[in-house]
Amino acid sequence: MATATLAAARPILGGRRSDIRSIVFAGILWACLAAACTFLFFVLAVIVDKGVDRFDANLVNRPPSTIRPATAGVAPAIYGTLWVIGMTALIALPLGIAAAIYLEEYANPRRWYNRLIEVNVQNLAAVPAIIYGILTLAFVVRGPISIGAVALAGSIALALLILPVIIITTREALRAVPVEIRAGSLALGATRWQTVWRQVLPAAVPGIATGSILALSRAIGEAAPLILVGATTFITFLPDGPLSRYTVLPVQIYNLVPQDRDAFRDLAYAAILLLIIILLAMNALAIWLRNRYQHRW
Amino acid sequence: MSRAPVERALVTTPQPEQGGRRRRHAAAVRSMAGAWSGAVPAIASESVMTLHDLSVYYGDFLAVHDVDLHFGYREITALIGPSGCGKSTVLRCLNRMNDLIIGARVEGSVTYHGVDIYGPDVDVIEVRRRVGMVFQKPNPFPKSIYDNIAYGPRVTGMKVASMAETVEHALRSAALWDEVKDKLKENAYSLSGGQQQRLCIARAIATQPDVILMDEPCSSLDPIATAKIEDLMHSLADEFTIIIVTHNMQQAARVSQRTAFFTAEADDQGGRVGRLVEVDETRKIFSNPAKKATEDYISGRFG
Repeated sequence: MATATLAAARPILGGRRSDIRSIVFAGILWACLAAACTFLFFVLAVIVDKGVDRFDANLVNRPPSTIRPATAGVAPAIYGTLWVIGMTALIALPLGIAAAIYLEEYANPRRWYNRLIEVNVQNLAAVPAIIYGILTLAFVVRGPISIGAVALAGSIALALLILPVIIITTREALRAVPVEIRAGSLALGATRWQTVWRQVLPAAVPGIATGSILALSRAIGEAAPLILVGATTFITFLPDGPLSRYTVLPVQIYNLVPQDRDAFRDLAYAAILLLIIILLAMNALAIWLRNRYQHRW
Repeated sequence: MSRAPVERALVTTPQPEQGGRRRRHAAAVRSMAGAWSGAVPAIASESVMTLHDLSVYYGDFLAVHDVDLHFGYREITALIGPSGCGKSTVLRCLNRMNDLIIGARVEGSVTYHGVDIYGPDVDVIEVRRRVGMVFQKPNPFPKSIYDNIAYGPRVTGMKVASMAETVEHALRSAALWDEVKDKLKENAYSLSGGQQQRLCIARAIATQPDVILMDEPCSSLDPIATAKIEDLMHSLADEFTIIIVTHNMQQAARVSQRTAFFTAEADDQGGRVGRLVEVDETRKIFSNPAKKATEDYISGRFG
C-alpha cells in the first residue's frame, strides 16, 4: 500500500526543474533594473559629492552674488519657489478637484461635450511644458491681462501645467470609492451633493492628496515654462508677494551652471542637492500618505 | 381612507387648497414620527406599493415588460426567478434607484399609497427615505457604527429628539445592539459580514421608512449569519413592509408570505425580457403553482 502511494507520488517529487529560459529571462529583467538603479545612484553620488561642500547656511540665507560667489546663496530662488508653488497649489487644486468631481460624479458620459472635455483633459496632460509658458506669456504676462513677469504669472503657468494631472489623479481616486458607497448613501435619501461631500470625497482624500503632492513636486522641478514668464531675472532680493519679480530653484540652477567660475558651479551643485532633497521628501510624503490611509474595501 | 398626508409629504409643490405650508409641514412631521394610522390602511390585503403595467428600459433594451404587482401592508413579499429575469430591476424601481443608471426609463406606474412615485412633483429624496434599501453586498460607510446609523436622519434633516436614542432604537430593531453597544465609535469595517449587513438594515430603519427593499441580502453571508437575518426579517415584518429579491428558493419559502415568480423570455430581437409569471401566497407557489413555468423552476427542472 505504502509503496503504491509512493509510486503514484513520484512524478511530483522530481525536485526543482531548472528551466533555462526562465533563469535567462529573470537575469535580463534583473540587469535592466540594475542598470537603471546604477545610473540613478551614480547621478545622486556625483551631486552629493560635489554639492555637499557648499550645502551650508549661506546657501539658504544669502542671495546670489557675482562679486563673492564663494559665499553666495540661492535664498531668492528658494523663497520664489515657495511663493510660486504655494500659489500654484491655491490655483490648481480647487480647480482640478472640482473639475474631477464634475467629470466623475455629475457628467453624463453620453453627452458629446463631456466626452470632448474628457479627451481634451487627457491631451492637455501630454502637452509639452513650454507650451504653457508661451500661453501664459501671451495672455497673462503680456496680452489681455498684462501683469508682467511676476511670481503670479509663474504660478499660473505651472497651475495650467499640472491641472490635467490633478484632474486625472483625482478622478482615479474618486473612481476607487466603491459604487456601493454611493448607492448606500443615495438610498438613504441623501442628495448627490451630500453623497459626494460626506462620503465620496472623504474616502478619496488620501488618493487626491497623493496625486496632488506628486503633481506639485513635478511643478517644483519645472524650469522650461518659467523661463518664458520672467523667472530668468537676476534678482538679489527676496520676493515679497504675488506681484514681485522672482526666480525659482530650477531656473537659478540653469543660470548658474554655464558661469565660467568654479564657485558658481559648486553653488549650482548645492542647489541641485537641495532641490532633490525637497523632491524626495515630497514623494516620500505621498507614498507614506498612500500607504497610511489606503482603504481596503 | 385619507391618503392626503402621504401625498402631501411626497409631493413638493404647494397645494394651497390643503392648508399651505404649515399644515404640510405638520403632516410631514407627523408621518415622520411614525403616526401612520391616519394614512396607512390597517388591512393586510390593501397594498402599500403597486406596480401597474411597469416596463423598464435600459436605453433601447427592454429589461422588464408589463409587470402588475402589489405589495401588501406589513407583508414580506419575495421576488424569485432565474438570473436576468428583471427582479432586481423591479426592486430598484420601487425607490427610484434606477434613476441613477444612465439611460434607464420606466413606463407604467409605481404607486406608493396611491401616489405615483414617478410623478412630476414627487420628491425622490422623500421616496428613498420612506422606501429603504438593503443591498446584496454589505455596504457600510467607512465611518463609525454610530455615524453609519445617524447618517440617514442627518442628511434627510429629520427632526429627532435624541440622535443617541434613534441610533439605539435602530440597532435594537436590527438585533445588533447587544453586539455593538460598547463600540459605537469603532469603524463599521471592524464588524463581521453578517453584522455589517444587520448594520445596513439598522441604517435603513433609522430613517423610519415604511417599506424596506432587500436585494439578495444574504448572498454574501454564511448560513449562520443568513439565519440571523431571516429571523430579523420576521420581527421586522411587524413594523415594515418588506420586499426581498432572493436566488435562494428555500429562503423565499421560509421568510415570505407572498412570492412573485419572474422569468426571462427571448423576444423577437433576440434580447431577453423579464416578465412576471405569477404571484400568490408563498405556500401556494411552492405547493401548487398555477403556471407550469413556476413549477419547473421551483422543482429545479429549469433555472
